Amino acid sequence: MSTVYRTLKDVPKEELLAPGHRLCAGCTVGTAVRQILKASGPNTVVVSATGCLEVSTSYFPQSAWRVPWTHVAFENAASVASGIEHAMRALNRKKKSDEKVNVIALGGDGGTFDIGLQALSGAMERGDDFVYVCYDNEAYMNTGIQRSSATPYAAATTTSPPGKLSVGQSTQKKDIMGIAVAHGIPYAATASPSYPFDLMNKIRKAIDVDGPALVHVLTPCPTGWRFDVSSGIDLGKLAVLSGLWPLYEVVDGKTRLTVQVLKRYPVTKYLELQGRFKHVKGESIEKIQRIADVMSEKFGLGPVRQ
Amino acid sequence: MKRLSMSGNYAVAYAVKMADVDVVSAYPITPQTTIVERISDFVANGDLDADYVNVESEHSAMSACIGAAMTGARVFTATSSQGLAYMHELLLMASGLRTPIVMANVNRALSAPLNIWNDHGDAMAERDSGWIQLWASSAQEAFDTTIKAFKIAEDVRLPVMVNFDGFIVSHTYEPVMLIDEGDVKNYIPSKPMANRLSPKTAYSVGVVGPPEYYYEMKYQAIDAIERSRQRIREIDADFNKRFDKYYTDVDTFNLEGAEYALITMGAMTGSARVVAGELRKLGEKVGIISIRTYRPFPSDKLIEAVAGLKGLGIMDRATTPGGPSNPLFADVAACLYGEKERPVLQSFVAGIGGRDITAENFRSMLRATKEAAVSGRAAPCMYVGLRE
Amino acid sequence: MKCARTVLKGWKDIPEGVTITEPGSSVQFDVSAWRTHKPVVDKAKCTKCGMCWLFCPESAIEIKEDGKYDANLTFCKGCGICDKVCAVKAITMVKEGKN
Repeated sequence: MSTVYRTLKDVPKEELLAPGHRLCAGCTVGTAVRQILKASGPNTVVVSATGCLEVSTSYFPQSAWRVPWTHVAFENAASVASGIEHAMRALNRKKKSDEKVNVIALGGDGGTFDIGLQALSGAMERGDDFVYVCYDNEAYMNTGIQRSSATPYAAATTTSPPGKLSVGQSTQKKDIMGIAVAHGIPYAATASPSYPFDLMNKIRKAIDVDGPALVHVLTPCPTGWRFDVSSGIDLGKLAVLSGLWPLYEVVDGKTRLTVQVLKRYPVTKYLELQGRFKHVKGESIEKIQRIADVMSEKFGLGPVRQ
Repeated sequence: MKRLSMSGNYAVAYAVKMADVDVVSAYPITPQTTIVERISDFVANGDLDADYVNVESEHSAMSACIGAAMTGARVFTATSSQGLAYMHELLLMASGLRTPIVMANVNRALSAPLNIWNDHGDAMAERDSGWIQLWASSAQEAFDTTIKAFKIAEDVRLPVMVNFDGFIVSHTYEPVMLIDEGDVKNYIPSKPMANRLSPKTAYSVGVVGPPEYYYEMKYQAIDAIERSRQRIREIDADFNKRFDKYYTDVDTFNLEGAEYALITMGAMTGSARVVAGELRKLGEKVGIISIRTYRPFPSDKLIEAVAGLKGLGIMDRATTPGGPSNPLFADVAACLYGEKERPVLQSFVAGIGGRDITAENFRSMLRATKEAAVSGRAAPCMYVGLRE
Repeated sequence: MKCARTVLKGWKDIPEGVTITEPGSSVQFDVSAWRTHKPVVDKAKCTKCGMCWLFCPESAIEIKEDGKYDANLTFCKGCGICDKVCAVKAITMVKEGKN
């Protein structure tokens, strides 16, 4: 394992995501991608799936990318990454090229959990050497906040609106980390741009490991979650501190918590800041609290503070 | 040159081996599967040094090819029918992104109903995809055309589809003259190609083309395929000279003094020529025109070929339900529309879903074409062999 | 609002293959007009912790010669994350424009 990011001095100063991109003001995906690229360095190829990040950073003739970047389609970031990875491998072996570059596929929750799941599964099963980063804003945000299978229970989206007959999203997030780990990949981790050193260390580990790695990043979205544009980083912290977003990694099948929460906040402290949960009543809140309690037990977090 | 007995599919596999491709990413589908099975064997035994990527769908096969091609690798894939249809969105991306991918498409009918046998519906459904489409009628042609395809793709920076009929060409064993591997390597040397995803240049490839730019970007791809017409002819001429071959965009048979002819594509050409040859002996002034380069469409060569004909029958092995005509007819009619003198066009559909086109079918089509020529009027499209 | 898109190129002058050949050309796109508030840094309070820089979504916070941080107002969208994450409250979001 190479660089460990512990203090500010360890973080490269180079900005590989240029300013002037069109992500919403306060979008934590911008923060996450800046941190990811600091950990991966300029010797990186990024493959983007169609989504917020892709359209905001590649509107001709402006590109925010200072590393080589490609976008092909919505559901195939993982397969394009496989193609790039295998091409480099073959070209190196046949002495037609000596370029060996980190391959990072960047997909949103839509392009990963739903339409992109098949390609991701194939790439993981084949053991292709790349990092798949899912930036999870918990809905199809780019097309106007429709639900995805990453949308949490009771959240309001335009296709899971609360109403007389609906609580909002009726299912809880698909366990993408569980699916990834079931493929036997060497490394998988959850991360948050609110915990930059934890995130950067995980990206570094994911790159260094030989084979596929998944890093699942929660990226709060002010537009879709409906909170004040300045609160994205704070909200990300609350997601972790409430037990709803435990920060852990799975190395060769063994789970290890990387950020301990000794006394959790009740989920209400997280939910009350978000317009997408403002309709949520007693029973739903209890259900969400139970989800947090189950997660906390699974990963060894502390009890709710009284 | 070595002369071996092999199927069309194996001939293509040998061509791919000799082309020393770097990445093959493919998914099995009848009747293409034996191509990639043979290539897998080559890779497993070190006869071909390539990364064989066992993707989980045709969509991922084309995705991986695009990624690999952008990185500067020589890539190959193969598919048919449903697989080609599954790749549809990516075919448009492969051409728009100017990736030099070579793909064997073993022509098979499209569902529904499910059918594994040959017709041209799969390739016709992709005629607007911006891919160069070449057609081979035999195992020999499949071998030669695949080799040429790499040269063409890398020269004009456009993906090339090599079409040949499922089972008839793919699985039938024929004698094939294999060009010596050394000669192939000289012809299409496996040299490093530009890596569009190199950190040295940090390009962004596959960006958003807003309304103020989409048109221009699309036109670039149109211009590229238009200009490729000349390059394909030059490459054909050079290939013919080097290897003593005969490839042209449009191939003609017995057209001297012909008054009417049939247009064919793919394996049916051979059978059509046998029947036309017999009719010639009986005094009929008949010939066959076959199209080898379908996209870019060889309008000028076709106009030249049909000069002087009174009747032209067009054989479609695919349909356009609800359209004013079927696919090949539409292309030929559009091509000839502006000509002051042009033959009467008679439309036929035959050989759908693997239905054999018999000698009697050809005779009746040629008869109908002659009637159209003589009367000066075509009959409505004839669905040859259809049982009422 | 200055914008690099105003000069539209023809098909012969743009790169081949749906490509942008200039990395980071987004710096030509003016996003400063998006904001209603701008960050004002009290340099006396700044402890050089770097959190504002690490959390800015825009790469708009820059390290200055004195090792302290300040916003590049050409690139700042005025989201206010820097204000919220600064531990010593050295950054304040101030309303811009005519009142």
